[in-house]
Amino acid sequence: MDPRIQIVSIVAALMLLLGVLELVRQRRLLERYALLWLFSALVVLGLAIWRDALEVIAHLVGIAYPPNALFVIACGFILVLLLHFSLAVSRLTEQSKVLAQRQALLEERQRRLEDSGQERAEAGEPVDPVLAGDGADRHDRP
Amino acid sequence: MLLVAVPIASSHLAVVPAYNEAATVRAVVEAVREHAPGFDVLVVDDGSTDDTRRIAEDAGAIVLRHPFNLGIGGAVQSGFFYALEHGYDFMVQVDGDSQHDPREIATLVDAMEEDIGVDMVCGSRFLSDDHRYPAPISRRTGIHIFAFIVSRLVGQRVTDPTSGFRLYNRRAISLFAHDYPHDYPEVEAVLMLHVHRLAMREVPVRMFQRGGGSSSISSGKSLYYMVKVLLAIFVGLARARPVPEPGDDAPVAATHSI
Repeated sequence: MDPRIQIVSIVAALMLLLGVLELVRQRRLLERYALLWLFSALVVLGLAIWRDALEVIAHLVGIAYPPNALFVIACGFILVLLLHFSLAVSRLTEQSKVLAQRQALLEERQRRLEDSGQERAEAGEPVDPVLAGDGADRHDRP
Repeated sequence: MLLVAVPIASSHLAVVPAYNEAATVRAVVEAVREHAPGFDVLVVDDGSTDDTRRIAEDAGAIVLRHPFNLGIGGAVQSGFFYALEHGYDFMVQVDGDSQHDPREIATLVDAMEEDIGVDMVCGSRFLSDDHRYPAPISRRTGIHIFAFIVSRLVGQRVTDPTSGFRLYNRRAISLFAHDYPHDYPEVEAVLMLHVHRLAMREVPVRMFQRGGGSSSISSGKSLYYMVKVLLAIFVGLARARPVPEPGDDAPVAATHSI
């Protein structure tokens, strides 16, 4: 194998590894999301250094030029990472939907409490938001 | 907390999901209050950028306002949440674009009262002799395809599975408050009812053409709509949809990361 591509692979994998570690250190990347990145960087680094393993893998699956096996494996990791992000985005979508719905319900409830508090104040009654909250659970709007 | 006896205004709630429906929402709210006086009216303003909220409040509706647009599924689900939290026994869904005729709410209520075992009554455009619903042929074809598939799957004739003009009882409200589809929910909701062994029936209703705004299903999106709903139908068949028991994992939880 051409030593140049080995050097490039090692340097690239090292930069990825250090970059991810640095992002975690700065708390800009959660460990939860960093693990897959670290794992892929380590595997690519290991294969770049240990050429024999790469050649064994390439031979096993019938890849004529072993460095290509490195790219195939790296591609696989990229796909897994992308799927991982799609899952994360789906979960965030679901969570933000629930938050928006709860927020809308709470806002409506708060406005209603404020209104009933105002009415009581205007009528000279004591204002008790807890009682108002219980009493106003059902609407008696005109 | 001390419970104060309050006059119960109503056990019926009409939910009007509205996204930028300033042109029609007043007419819809007023028509519901006129023709279905037993119903409280809740407008779910799904992140509108126009005056929908103010107009709905002026017309006498309760308004929930989403901080951003969640889509029709999220808006209707907020209605289910509200109905569940405030103890309503029945909830009817009326679209904010004045496509549904509030005079027909009574038809839905009658059908529900006639048959105690029914959990959802659905207004169908295609059981009616009145042909005031001149949908484009492409859309009718799409609806009939869904109707065919859904009827086979639930073992019951369903003529209009995309109709959002529906009356739900407490059991259906509770189910859908916990789990309601995101994007184009109506077809999937019929299947969910079936999976959870709740009963539905259809009644013929008149429907109008849309009064204003734009449909959530524009022509450019109809292919996406078809594909998404078909995916939801067939993936939904293989999906377990248990309502979470106490102690189970929450449906939305941070621990579900890979």
